[in-house]
Amino acid sequence: MKTTDIAVIGAGPAGLSCAVEAARAGAQVTVLDENLKPGGQLFKQIHKFFGSREHKAGIRGFRIGQQLLEETEKLGVEVLLDAAVYGIYEDRLIAYITDGKDHTIKAKKIVMATGASENALAFPGCTLPGVMGAGAAQTMINVNRVLPGQKIIMVGSGNVGLIVSYQLMQAGADVLALIEAAPKIGGYGVHAAKIRRAGVQIYTSTTIKEVLGEEKVEGVIAVNLDEKWQQVTGTEKHFNADTVCLAVGLSPLTELAWMAGCEFTFIPSLGGHVPIHDRNMETTLKGIYIAGDITGVEEASSAMEEGRLAGVACAESLEYYDENKALELKNQIWDRLDALRTGPFGEGRFTAKLKQLDARRQLA
Amino acid sequence: MTQKTGVIYQGFPSEDELSRIPGMPSEERIKKGSVACIECAQEIPCNPCEEACPYGAITVGKPITNLPKLDQDKCIGCGLCIAACPGLAIFVVNGSKEKAEVSFPFEYYPLPNKGDEMDCVDREGNMVVKGKVLRIVKPPKYDATAVITVEVPMEHLKTVRSIKRLGRSDR
Repeated sequence: MKTTDIAVIGAGPAGLSCAVEAARAGAQVTVLDENLKPGGQLFKQIHKFFGSREHKAGIRGFRIGQQLLEETEKLGVEVLLDAAVYGIYEDRLIAYITDGKDHTIKAKKIVMATGASENALAFPGCTLPGVMGAGAAQTMINVNRVLPGQKIIMVGSGNVGLIVSYQLMQAGADVLALIEAAPKIGGYGVHAAKIRRAGVQIYTSTTIKEVLGEEKVEGVIAVNLDEKWQQVTGTEKHFNADTVCLAVGLSPLTELAWMAGCEFTFIPSLGGHVPIHDRNMETTLKGIYIAGDITGVEEASSAMEEGRLAGVACAESLEYYDENKALELKNQIWDRLDALRTGPFGEGRFTAKLKQLDARRQLA
Repeated sequence: MTQKTGVIYQGFPSEDELSRIPGMPSEERIKKGSVACIECAQEIPCNPCEEACPYGAITVGKPITNLPKLDQDKCIGCGLCIAACPGLAIFVVNGSKEKAEVSFPFEYYPLPNKGDEMDCVDREGNMVVKGKVLRIVKPPKYDATAVITVEVPMEHLKTVRSIKRLGRSDR
C-alpha cells in the first residue's frame, strides 16, 4: 500500500501552502485533489491581493498560485490529480478514486484542506440555465475564457459579488445591477467603488422576485425589501438580463471531517457547522488537521496562513522540527493571521475563531 | 426613500468621509502640483501603498488596518502608488495648471490612445465632461494595471475619477 508522512486533501491555497511548509521541514508530502489542475480557486483570482508583503499583497492571485506550484515542485511534493478522496478510515487510511479506479494511501498525518462551496438561493426561475454561482462565472471567464452572458445581474455585495462583477466587465460583459438584500454593502468599499465608477448601480434592501424565461434567463424582476426583509409590492424593477450570478455566501466542505468523526461546533458567521480545532489546526482526532475554508469561510490569504500553520504543526509532530523552532514559526504565522483578522471586516472572524478554539479547550 | 450617503451605502466615499480620512491632500497642496488622493475610507488589512512610495509619503504602520496617511509635503505625485493599491483607490490630481489633471488606475481593454477625447466619469460612473488623454503609463512593474492621465476643466478635478469603458467593438 502507498504510504506517506503527510497527506494533504485539496490542492488549493491552504493545501499547497501546507504542503510547501511541511516539505520544507523535510517531510514527505502527498497532495490529493479531485480536479485535473491544482491551485483550487487561486488561478481564477486575477485581481491584486490585499494584506501586507508577507501575505503577498499587491500580487495577483493566480501568480501566487504559480509561485506555490513552483515551490511544491522544487521541494519534491507529490501532487495526485483527478484523485477524489471519498473516505478516511481507521489509522489514517485514505480512499480515493482516480480514473475510475479505487486506491488507498496511508498517512502518518492528514490535513483536510477541502475548501468551501457556493450557496444557492431559491426564487421562481432559479433553475433556468443562465442562473449560476458567481464563482462558477469567475471560473468560466478567468480559467476557461468563456463569457457566461452579456447582461449580468449580480446578487450579493460581499467581496465575491463585487470582485466577480468587476471581472465580468473586464471580460467584456455588462453588469446591469448588483442587488443586495441587506441595507448596506457587505464587502470592501474599494471593491464597490471600482464597479460604481464603471457605472454599476448597487441596490441595497433588494432581492430577486423572479427570473423570467422559458428555456433560459430572459429577464429579472427585482423588488425592494422592508425592514423585516419582506418584499414591498409595487417596487418591482425589471432588468433585461441574460445571466444571474449568485454571490450569497459559501459553506465549508466538511463531509470528510464528519465521516472521519471530527467533533463540530456551530458558528454561523464562519458558514455553519465547522470542525473544532486547536492552535495547531489539529481536529479532535489525533493526527488529523484542517486548514482553509473547511475551518470556517474566510479568504485566500488566511487560508494560506492556516495551511502553513498545519504544515509546521505536522512537521513538528513528526519531529522534523524541534519544539522551539516550531514555536517560533507558529508564532510568526499567528501574528500574520491576527493581522488579517482585525478592523471592521476582520474582528467578527477573529471573535468567531476564538470561539472555535474555546470549543476545543472545553472538550479537553 | 432618500439614499443614505457613505461608502457602505453607496459604494464610494462621500464628500464628508473624504474630508475626514488622512489620505487626502489640502486645497493649497493640490494647487501647487501633482499629489496623491488616497480614497481609502475603511480599515482593511492592507499596506502595499506604504511600501510603493519611494518618498516615504504614505504611512500605514501597525496595525495594518490603519488608514493610509498622506504626508502631502513629501508626496511629489509620481503615481507609483496608483497601480500598487489592490483596491484601485489612489488617484493623483494636479491643480497647478490652467486645466486640471487627474490620473487613475484602469484595467479594461481596449485602452484609449494618447490624445483621445474621452467621456470622463465621476465616482458613480456618470459622464461628467469630455477630457483629453495626456498619458497612459503601463510598465511591466504595474502588472497590467494602466495609469491614465486625463485633462479636464478645473471644476472637475475633484469629481472625475475614471473614463467610460470602451466597448470591444470601439477599437
